[in-house]
Amino acid sequence: MEASESTDHVNYLNNGYGVKSWLLTTDHKRIAILYLISITIFFMIGGFFALVIRLTLLSPEGTLVSADTYNKMFTMHGITMIFFFLIPSIPAVFGNFLVPMMIGARDLAFPKINLLSWYVYIVGGMFTLTAMVMGGVDTGWTFYTPFSSGYSHTNVVPTVIGVFILGFSSILTGLNFIVTIHKMRAPGLTWFRLPLFIWAHYATSVIQILGTPVIAITLALVGFERIAGVGIFDPNIGGDPILFQHLFWFYSHPAVYIMVLPAMGVVSEVVTCFSRRKLFGYRQMAFASMAIAVFGFLVWGHHMFVSGQSVYAGMAFSALSFLVAIPSAVKVFNWTATLYKGTIRFQTPVLYAFGFIGLFTIGGLTGIVLATLPVDVHVHDTYFVIAHFHYIMVGGAVMGYMAALHFWWPKMTGKLYSEGWSKLAALILFVGFNLTFFPQFILGYLGMPRRYHIYPPEFQVLNVLSTAGASILGLGYIIPFFYLMWSLRKGKTAGDNPWNAKGLEWLTSSPPPTFNFEKTPIVNEEAYAYTDGVFEEDVAGG
Amino acid sequence: MFNIPLFPTEASTTASRVDLLFFALMGIIVFFTALIFVGVIFFSIRYRQGSRASRKGATSENLKLELVWTIIPLCITMGIFAWASKLYFDMHVPPRDAMDIYVVGKQWMWYIQHPEGNREIDELHVPLGKPVRLILTSQDVIHDFFIPAFRVKQDVIPGRYTTEWFEATKVGEYHLFCAQYCGTGHAQMVGKVIVMQPWEYEQWLSGKSSTGATMSSSGEQLFTQFGCVTCHKSDNTGRGPSLIGLFGQKVKLQTGQTVVADMDYIRESILDPTAKVVATYQPVMPTFKNQIDQAQLMQLIEYVKSLGKQQTASKGK
Ligand code: HEC
Ligand code: HEM
Ligand SMILES: [Cu+2]
Ligand SMILES: [Cu+2]
Repeated sequence: MEASESTDHVNYLNNGYGVKSWLLTTDHKRIAILYLISITIFFMIGGFFALVIRLTLLSPEGTLVSADTYNKMFTMHGITMIFFFLIPSIPAVFGNFLVPMMIGARDLAFPKINLLSWYVYIVGGMFTLTAMVMGGVDTGWTFYTPFSSGYSHTNVVPTVIGVFILGFSSILTGLNFIVTIHKMRAPGLTWFRLPLFIWAHYATSVIQILGTPVIAITLALVGFERIAGVGIFDPNIGGDPILFQHLFWFYSHPAVYIMVLPAMGVVSEVVTCFSRRKLFGYRQMAFASMAIAVFGFLVWGHHMFVSGQSVYAGMAFSALSFLVAIPSAVKVFNWTATLYKGTIRFQTPVLYAFGFIGLFTIGGLTGIVLATLPVDVHVHDTYFVIAHFHYIMVGGAVMGYMAALHFWWPKMTGKLYSEGWSKLAALILFVGFNLTFFPQFILGYLGMPRRYHIYPPEFQVLNVLSTAGASILGLGYIIPFFYLMWSLRKGKTAGDNPWNAKGLEWLTSSPPPTFNFEKTPIVNEEAYAYTDGVFEEDVAGG
Repeated sequence: MFNIPLFPTEASTTASRVDLLFFALMGIIVFFTALIFVGVIFFSIRYRQGSRASRKGATSENLKLELVWTIIPLCITMGIFAWASKLYFDMHVPPRDAMDIYVVGKQWMWYIQHPEGNREIDELHVPLGKPVRLILTSQDVIHDFFIPAFRVKQDVIPGRYTTEWFEATKVGEYHLFCAQYCGTGHAQMVGKVIVMQPWEYEQWLSGKSSTGATMSSSGEQLFTQFGCVTCHKSDNTGRGPSLIGLFGQKVKLQTGQTVVADMDYIRESILDPTAKVVATYQPVMPTFKNQIDQAQLMQLIEYVKSLGKQQTASKGK
């Protein structure tokens, strides 16, 4: 990152080069970069585990690794990808970088707490990484009891300590965003003038603050039962294993919205910019984000339709799950409507945003299938569920992350990357993704259970297809790494506003100066007040 | 390897009903996915930069439209919900004449007992065209009894009984999978469900998996062996209540509450007798937690159940 300094003005990147200037910084933009580097490392680690999983599944006998190793692989894949990559991804990198800039502030409300959150993240990460290096953990990322609390012989305690600590970084970030958004908006920036990226982060922060303590306590109880033998979840010592599932999903269902809401915010920014249109249904979009955050807390029981919970509880959770899907559907319709009569420029960020819209649609609609009780009985804990959540989390959230990376990279680094390569990578990712995960829907309906390293031979062809797709997908992630690195050294200078975008972050120079703005901007228009599309209409009409 | 299956066999009365619902959902998915894909692609090509298509009358607000695309999905999902709930309910309520088969899951095998006394491991033989109710429990962690061809699945939980029922409609052998991750041997905790013609099933019952003693007679033996008889005498003169006619009846507890004597209650009475003490009795029954395993517990329950039937029979006289 340090290599990027050829720009002449003083900015957040070139006002100090020493290690200390990075590790003790309180600049939200530098902290964002610290997070960017850290989560990229975790993404690579998680990717390595995925590679081992897919290679093992090439053959029905699972010859590559032993059963125990395989179990550790999917567990550590899930833990790294969910807790250490996807949950922090957009909020901690782009939220950190952009929330103050988009509202015209100099920094977040609590810059030191912001730095603290990164250290907490690193300490949590170190615990978990150590647990992995010292032999790993094999409970699944869901830590179901009594397996995790009494039967697993692996490093459960250090892992849950790591995740426990990590949770605080998430809480601190959420807290910081909420206070910042309430208190530090530029003059004239009323709530309904805020970009939807901000609304999305506000909603996400609410979930982070309300949900994370629950998972922290739950995992602490697992550790407690494991160490002290106090009967909480294990029925042999008087506990209730299903209680764990309620507590776990009370956080972990809302957590899926921590992962996807920020990506939805990104898509709103990108789609408007590249269609030169005001967002269709701005208010509905803002309300939808908040509705998702609130109602997301009421549907956790849909992960437990076959756990023996009562028929009526199942029905209630099913009905609520259908309801929570509606605001997501509204969002997809509004993005599509935004394109209508726009002026669309096919540049890389919008290709990723379109990828998000398409894949999230499939992910969301298959969520409806899972909310349908009798069908879920059949596909629960099969590859159908795996395909569903990868469509949403990889097809949706990671695509959104890639859109953000390509949209704000010029702002963060002051450099442009290669358009040709980046479009190629977007295409490869889209194709590779579908080839990897679509066959898993079929496998799941056929009945292939998840977390199996050996399987009946008739499932092999679809598994081989999926692994082939995964190698294409992997390529799609490696290419951006190279052209983005290349752009740091050789990329053209971006200029302040290469996409000609609205939004306060584009008013300042790229990379931005340490305090973001020379003088506090004053806002006197709504978000996404793109007028050049309208201008073009006159040209076309006349 | 080149015979690629794309759809699972339907081998139970439930299967075709689940699949019908699934196809309806697929129709909805295909429709909306196509709508969005076509919408995004069509708009972005028609209104690409430089195209001469008219942009007159572009707006960013249309409350009517917002209501339309909120209410239509709402109606569709609520329709699905009603349909699904009915089926889910039916999948939970076994027909009255269902035969019981007992299953214990443990790391990493399925131990199955038929009331007639037959025992099998990782295989489940059932007759065609007869409703079967499985009574499931686990000896250690949570497992899950999944038969894809029947579209049934149920978690198998330590410390309680869950049930799952089906009626097979096609003779054959089907996969049985453990669907809840349970440790090292999870992927090996698989087996076969074998559906036979009823007369073949009768033959099989008297074959080599037979133990010669029915579950309830094994239970009766245990009842003597563990000294239950010394307190639970049939003429109600022991220190504990007579268990005749108990099963399925309401029991009054010391606390004044009443509970129904179902399987979970009997189980708890044996493993944790002080948890619910019967009114007018002293809590003197010792726990049998470390002496009786899950399979024996099921035999005892089957015995207590048979005592329940005795009384209804005598009442009828
Ligand atoms: C020391 C005497 C004693 C022995 C031995 C004993 N019980 Fe009991 N049992 C009792 C008493 C007293 C009660 C009623 C108080 C209570 O609920 O704990 C009882 C209650 C029960 C109940 C609940 C009855 C009801 O009417 O609700 C069941 C079922 C039961 N015992 C089964 C067994 C079985 C099976 C065994 C053998 C494994 C056994 N008991 C051994 C004394 C005994
Ligand atoms: C459109 C609304 C959605 C509905 C109705 C829905 C429904 C469901 C249901 C019912 C399950 C449980 C399936 C089972 O275990 O049998 C499930 C699993 C899952 N969903 Fe969704 N979902 C939706 C959106 C999302 C989103 C937005 C995300 C992530 C960003 C997500 C991620 C997941 C994950 C990770 C799991 C599996 C967890 C596990 O067992 O490991 N879902 N979904
Ligand atoms: Cu969920
Ligand atoms: Cu298992």
